[in-house]
Amino acid sequence: MAIFQQQLDSQSWYARKDSIYQCDEAAVVAAINQSKAGKALSLEHFKALISPAAEPYLEHMAALSQQLTQQRFGKTIQMFVPLYLSNMCSNICTYCGFSMENKIRRTTLDMDQVAKEAIAIKALGFDHILIVTGESERKVGLAYFEQAIKVLKQYFSHISMEVQPLTTDEYIQLRQWGVESILVYQETYHRGKYAKYHLKGRKADFDFRLATPERVGDAGITKVGIGCLLGLEDWRSDAYHVAMQLQFLERKYWKMKFSLSFPRLRPCEGGAEVNSPMSERQLVQLICAYRLFNNQVELSLSTRESAVFRDNMLSLGVTSMSAGSKTQPGGYASDDKSLEQFSIDDIRSPLAVATMIKSKGYEVIWKDWQLGL
Amino acid sequence: MDNQQDKLIIAGHGFNSRLFTGTGKFSDQVTMMAALVASQSQLVTMALKRIDTVNQDDDILAPLLANNFKLLPNTSGAKTANDAIFAAHLTREALGTNWIKLEIHPDPKYLMPDPIETLIAAEQLCQDGFIVLPYIHADPVLAKRLEQVGCAAVMPLGAPIGSNKGLVSRDFLEIIIEQATVPVIVDAGIGAPSHAALAMEMGADAVLVNTAMAVSPDPVAMSRAFALAVQAGRQAYLAGLGSVNSQAIATSPLTAFLD
Repeated sequence: MAIFQQQLDSQSWYARKDSIYQCDEAAVVAAINQSKAGKALSLEHFKALISPAAEPYLEHMAALSQQLTQQRFGKTIQMFVPLYLSNMCSNICTYCGFSMENKIRRTTLDMDQVAKEAIAIKALGFDHILIVTGESERKVGLAYFEQAIKVLKQYFSHISMEVQPLTTDEYIQLRQWGVESILVYQETYHRGKYAKYHLKGRKADFDFRLATPERVGDAGITKVGIGCLLGLEDWRSDAYHVAMQLQFLERKYWKMKFSLSFPRLRPCEGGAEVNSPMSERQLVQLICAYRLFNNQVELSLSTRESAVFRDNMLSLGVTSMSAGSKTQPGGYASDDKSLEQFSIDDIRSPLAVATMIKSKGYEVIWKDWQLGL
Repeated sequence: MDNQQDKLIIAGHGFNSRLFTGTGKFSDQVTMMAALVASQSQLVTMALKRIDTVNQDDDILAPLLANNFKLLPNTSGAKTANDAIFAAHLTREALGTNWIKLEIHPDPKYLMPDPIETLIAAEQLCQDGFIVLPYIHADPVLAKRLEQVGCAAVMPLGAPIGSNKGLVSRDFLEIIIEQATVPVIVDAGIGAPSHAALAMEMGADAVLVNTAMAVSPDPVAMSRAFALAVQAGRQAYLAGLGSVNSQAIATSPLTAFLD
């Protein structure tokens, strides 16, 4: 069966970029009408929706996005929280606070510390955690994950992971240990520029990373989350490639579920390069475009965004949110900011966020799926 | 886009025509051949049970071969996976083609395809090296399962075979087309050229039409009409249909927080 890399390489990044910027108002109206008619949208429709030509139609897109999301998900928001286990990293990525060359204190939680974090997170109300690490194969590899998952399974019904890309066999192991979803972001789909941001380490292997969702699918894991780091390169083009990959994966792995995230580049240790700044308005446009393109996909909004923005977006297409996130290992049990990957914006407590969600008539879901429910 | 550029590829074989045809129900062989030629079809299915595999100058086979049609033998009559697998192997021996349209219908009244037997037979036949094109209900999950076991295309029905009712399964066909990674050939139920055009406009890769041509008072003219309809539908799909216009959404303050 075909692999996504072939589809990616069948046309240049720039050709796709040009075709997005060439979309006119008629194409936008056609896409909106397609959505209103309850029909599936093509990638060409998606291009129109993320193009500059769609900006005057944002209110229409928001209304449709809200309607489609409520029709599929009801008025619910799923809560999750990241658990950073380690900031060790052997990659040099020019935009990341964990980058190897950054002179920050490095730490990896031992199993006692993992348990302490779990207890602290559990006290906040969460039942769904996202394990996050840097990429340090020797110290934070499969053996470490096995121990940590074993500890965390005692506290949480749902474990997602956002760690280095692994092999199919390793993903099979993770599935057997109880991991239910994997998040892996390509950062940018521009092959040449990718090499400039990822200078050293295994992450420099563009194709290995690109094929990760397929290995996750081959391993029989239930869900995979994809996305790009908005702001590294032209955000419209990268976001379009995410939609392409989503469509490809849906067809190939038709039993899987998918989620999308849309992290905007945040300031971090070592400095960030924002080549293609994205405004909040444009982020709304993108989120609504994803929803119109795919009414099943989970859309996840993190604490990178402001409280006001998140409060307003929860009814416009988003289906899951983190809250009270700490981006440094050990941050829930003790708050030492010097280790963090990036600084968040929405600093409210999970309880405050949950209260806000309820006040808007939405139900807060603390878990994803529990075996034997 | 002309036909040369827009070839349909199934298992590495290119077709200029996206209209597939059958050999059943024509009043006589001369009419059948004239109709098939008028249809410009390049692939013709026929029931194995109708072929005299010993004597190849029998009524149906010889003129098809003489006119360079690609043959798609079908297992019509099979009621179980085993029947179909046996028939497929016989066909390969007799006709020298590994293409097979897999049809298993235990139900003699509506000839509904049996999904369970079809999946079992498809998996085995793909392993045995056949190019398998299964006739199925418009069931999106079954279509994916068949794709996964190696089928070269799927052939979901528009309506019960021979019913001429058109695309009563339309919503499910749309899902199958949206999800498929192999060609989707809408088979059965297409009773009028407009049905065929609609299937093609929806993005089907091809249609298979038999009864509607064969039982028309003028099968040759009707076959020509189907050929035109399939071409028109395909071109409309490639060109991109205009959207249906609906009322604008009244402005509400959903995005006012951005101001």
